[in-house]
Amino acid sequence: MIAALGRWVLNGIGRTGYATRMFVRLTMMLFATLRRPQLVIKQILFVGNYSLLIIAVSGLFVGFVLGLQGYYTLNRYGSEQALGLLVALSLVRELGPVVAALLYAGRAGTSLTAEIGLMKAGEQLTAMEMMAVDPVRYVLAPRFWAGVIAMPVLAAIFSAVGILGGYVVGVLLIGVDAGAFWSQMQGGVDVWQDVGNGVIKSIVFGFAVTFVALYQGYEAKATPEGVAGATTRTVVFASLAVLALDFLLTALMFN
Amino acid sequence: MKKTALDFWVGLFVLLGAAALLFLALKAGNMSSLSFQSTYTVKLDFDNVGSLKPRAPVKSAGVTVGRVTQISFNPQSYQAVVTIAIDSQYPFPKDSSAQILTAGLLGEQYIGLLPGADTDMLKNGDSITMTQSAVVLENLIGQFLYNKAADSGASKGAATSTPPAPGAK
Repeated sequence: MIAALGRWVLNGIGRTGYATRMFVRLTMMLFATLRRPQLVIKQILFVGNYSLLIIAVSGLFVGFVLGLQGYYTLNRYGSEQALGLLVALSLVRELGPVVAALLYAGRAGTSLTAEIGLMKAGEQLTAMEMMAVDPVRYVLAPRFWAGVIAMPVLAAIFSAVGILGGYVVGVLLIGVDAGAFWSQMQGGVDVWQDVGNGVIKSIVFGFAVTFVALYQGYEAKATPEGVAGATTRTVVFASLAVLALDFLLTALMFN
Repeated sequence: MKKTALDFWVGLFVLLGAAALLFLALKAGNMSSLSFQSTYTVKLDFDNVGSLKPRAPVKSAGVTVGRVTQISFNPQSYQAVVTIAIDSQYPFPKDSSAQILTAGLLGEQYIGLLPGADTDMLKNGDSITMTQSAVVLENLIGQFLYNKAADSGASKGAATSTPPAPGAK
């Protein structure tokens, strides 16, 4: 039993090292990837454009709920004027990057894992290696950087649509004063402190989620069950990584 | 490298993201009021700043003319030093006075500037010493209770022994 524990620990450390090496390799491939922008653009279409609808619709509804719930709470203190501030700060600082990253993990991360996993199961990756084509460079790196680019864009769209959703519920339906809604928001949201840090968060989430998805796909067992398991693990690990990183970043940035 | 239909959609996606960021910066944030025009800084000494925060507005006649940039403590005079940046387009006389006011009953605190009558204007790095501290509710209640107690004590004393002093009730 002690031997099993030791093997488990050693394996874990080994896997961490392997994952770190792969992460560094992918990161270093920025310039090599940018020399072939067509590959990245194709992947941005795949992970970004196709995630746009779910991100925008979810952002709208999150904004609706924030508007309703925020009004309900603030109304008790007679300060429903601060609704705009509440909606904007919650979205820009926390909900925008985090929920967008979770949705992105579900929508784009899983399909990346499944795609890479099936490529592996179909021995396409092995075939590339046989032809002296580095699969990490031509398959993984463009997808990795496409994810890193698409994530902040998606998070910004999520936040913007969410604020509009809060405006629709708060101002148009409930009847909070429109001037107070926007001016309180502008008084309380700082461009660098709040919006800028939200963007930094979403970039970090982009790195984390895309890397988890690609790693799980690349390391999947080359069987149908292996690909299925890898896809599940992508969602679980990516979501946990996003939430843990969010706590860390919030503690670092906003105190 | 030839253009493809794909470029169009990806370009649209990125532009949409840029528009969203711009919306967040201009409409939700205070980029528009974050003036890039030149300002001059003035130091204010307060006995008590209450809950004044950095970036709180500085208003004169109700119009925002600047912002609080920094709040620090002076260990020599045991006073709070508030540094404010006023837009250069609003010069103020040297003998202006400042007070910390509250927007509404429980609203955020801001600095009110009352212009003086001096012909010299405030320059960068000047300080204003005529200040009025923030109203701290606890002190106010304490003072009220103390006065009340003093009043009732004085009236009791007047009723029993000493002749009433003029003006005491």
